This record gives sequence, structure tokens and C-alpha cells, in this order.
Amino acid sequence: MQRSNTDVWVGMLVLLGAAALLFLAMQSANLLSISWQKTYSVYAYFDNIGGLKKQAAIKSAGVVVGRVQDIRFDDKNYQAKVELALDVQYQFPKDSSLKILTSGLLGEQYIGIEAGSDVANLVQGDKLQSTQSAVVLENLISRFLYNKAADGPAPSGSQ
Amino acid sequence: MRHFVGSIGAWTRQRIADIGQATVLFVRLVLLAPACLRRFGLVRDHMHFLGNYSLAIISISGLFVGFVLALQGYNTLQRFGSASALGLLVALSLVRELGPVVSALLFTGRAGTSLTAEIGLMKAGEQLSAMEMMAIDPVRRILAPRFWAGVLVMPILGAIFSAVGILGGWLVGVVLIGVDAGSFWGQMQDGVNVWSDVGNGFIKTVVFGFTVSFIALRQGFEAQATPEGVARATTRTVVMASLSVLALDFVLTALMFRL
Repeated sequence: MQRSNTDVWVGMLVLLGAAALLFLAMQSANLLSISWQKTYSVYAYFDNIGGLKKQAAIKSAGVVVGRVQDIRFDDKNYQAKVELALDVQYQFPKDSSLKILTSGLLGEQYIGIEAGSDVANLVQGDKLQSTQSAVVLENLISRFLYNKAADGPAPSGSQ
Repeated sequence: MRHFVGSIGAWTRQRIADIGQATVLFVRLVLLAPACLRRFGLVRDHMHFLGNYSLAIISISGLFVGFVLALQGYNTLQRFGSASALGLLVALSLVRELGPVVSALLFTGRAGTSLTAEIGLMKAGEQLSAMEMMAIDPVRRILAPRFWAGVLVMPILGAIFSAVGILGGWLVGVVLIGVDAGSFWGQMQDGVNVWSDVGNGFIKTVVFGFTVSFIALRQGFEAQATPEGVARATTRTVVMASLSVLALDFVLTALMFRL
């Protein structure tokens, strides 16, 4: 079969396009770190997840150790059921606790995991008992105002 | 009065007939895909013409769009003290919107017009009729290879545009302005999703490839066989293809990125 010059040029164009796509997938979207690592999934119930989203990071001591896999509302106990996919290389005790935290003042929300003291480690399908909900700014403000009002009578209102 | 109503009717009938003919031509072109694959040499020649020769304009425009995005983005972001999100801004705007749309518009101007003019002149020179006389189907021999070449080349060009644009953004943002390289790439990798951002952008370029190639070919094929007719068809290609790309982009974005 005859290979003409055009073949070579078109082949180079196609390769360039493939390289560009690869660049977009690897360098800008970081395909490697998402799907290549093996994970085990555990779940936990939260009273309020705030603005947590799927794919949010799970961090321990600031290092990403997993991602939020799924968030659903459980209408049996009216709580949010969050499924967490943790990297296999990181093991945590069974009584580790979860906290929903915010990076920066108004940044993305993520889950912080703090190691407990149990000798047994978490395995696939375990449930984490100790969780702390997201801090909702509105609740915080209303509690603050309520405490302010309870502290003492307002100066102008009292005689 | 009767004349007036009659003209409305004729106009409507004409429009409906147009839509019907366009659909028939589109379906024929799509169904001719196996025939084109069997004689891939024809498609390859047109990929060379449409793709390789558009490469310069696509990559240079991509570079400059990336430059400008980084400059403007930096100006706005640093007001909120979040210049570290520059990489994310550049990558998302390029991969989701600007890459597909701007490369489709450039492709229209660079390649679509040449398709229309070529087919229109073939028609004006009665080459298409001559082929029919020799029992060669011009849709199969002339239109289909060009159509599929355009469809294949457009996603490649779109991907190159986005990639070069991100490099341009890096050049201005990191090298020139001095945004931290780690946060530039890190924020980008955190925020850009392979399937929902890069994948949907890719789907957009495929759709635009179909749209632009089809409009260009149909305008050439339906052009009046005169110099003015070809001129008008070329103009109409640019206008119609650009508007369709922008309108389709809105529809696709609404479908893909609804929250």
C-alpha cells in the first residue's frame, strides 16, 4: 500500500489532536489521580451536610485521603447518608470521627476525618458513628443574636 | 388580498420544502459514512486541506485567547485575592465554551467558506451536472468525503485550541505575571472534571463539526450557478453557520451544565 505525503501530514494532525486531548485530560483534569487508585467505601449519617458536594475531598491532617462518592437523603431517620471512598493505602480505626469543614471562610466544603483509638481498622461497608454537621452560617448568626438577647436587657428598652 | 395570502402560503411551502431537502441531504451524507470509510483516501485528502491548513490559525488564535483570558482573569480575580484560581478560570472557560465555539467559528471562516465556494463553482461550471451525466453521484463522490473530513477534523482542532489556550494562559499567568505555578495547575486539576468538562466540550466540537460542514456544503450545493450566487452562498455560510454554532452552544450548555 502506498503511503503518500498527505497520509503523513494527516497522521500528524490526528496525533496532535490526540496529544491535545491527552494534555487536557491529564494536565488540566488530572484523570490519573481520580480513577487509578483503589478505594474502599464506608458511610456515615450527618444531620446537616451544608454545601457538601459529590467528589468533595476527604482530608486527614490536610492531606486528601479520599472523595465523597454519594450523598443521599435517608427518609427513615431524616438524615443525610454520605458515602465516602477512602484510598486503600490509608487505614483508619473504626471509631474515627468525621467533621464537615470549610476551606477558607467561604471556600469549598470538605470532610475532615480524625483517627480514633480502636485497634480494628475500617473495612468496606462500615458505618462511622461519630459525625459533626456542617456549620451553617445562618444558624450561627441566629444563635449569636439569641445569646445577645438573653445576656441582658437592651440598653434602650429598659428603664 | 388574495395575492397577499397566496404569497404567504408560497413562502411557507418554500421554507418547509427547504427543511425537507436539507434533512434528506443530511441523512444521505450520514448514511454515506461506510462508503467514505471504504475510500478513505478521499476523506484523508480533505482532512489534510481542512485540518492541516487550519492548524496555524487555530493554534495562534488559541494562544492569544489564552493570553487575554489570563490577563483579564488575573485583573478581576486579584481584586478578590483569589488570583490562585486563575488556572481554573482559564481552563474551564476554554474547555467548556471558548475552545469549541471559537474554533468552530474560525473553522467556518477558514474551511467552511472554501467548501461552499468550491462546491458552488463546481456547480457554476456544470461539473456536478457532468458527473451526473457519467452516472457518478456528486453527493457520494464530492459532498460526502468533504462532510466527513470536516466532522473528523473539527474535534481535533477544538482540542488543540483548548490545549494551546491553556498553555497560553500559563505563559501569561505564571511566566509573565507570576501566579504560583503550583496553585495554577493544582486548582485547575481540582476543578476540571474529565467527563463533565473535557468530555462535554469534546461533544460540543463534534456537534459543531456536523453543523458547520453540513451548512457549508448545502449552501454550496444549493447555490445559484452564477458568480453572484456563489458569493451570496459563501456569505450565507458564514452567517448561518456562526449563528447556528452560537445558538446550538446555548442549547448544549443548557443541557450539559444545568445545576
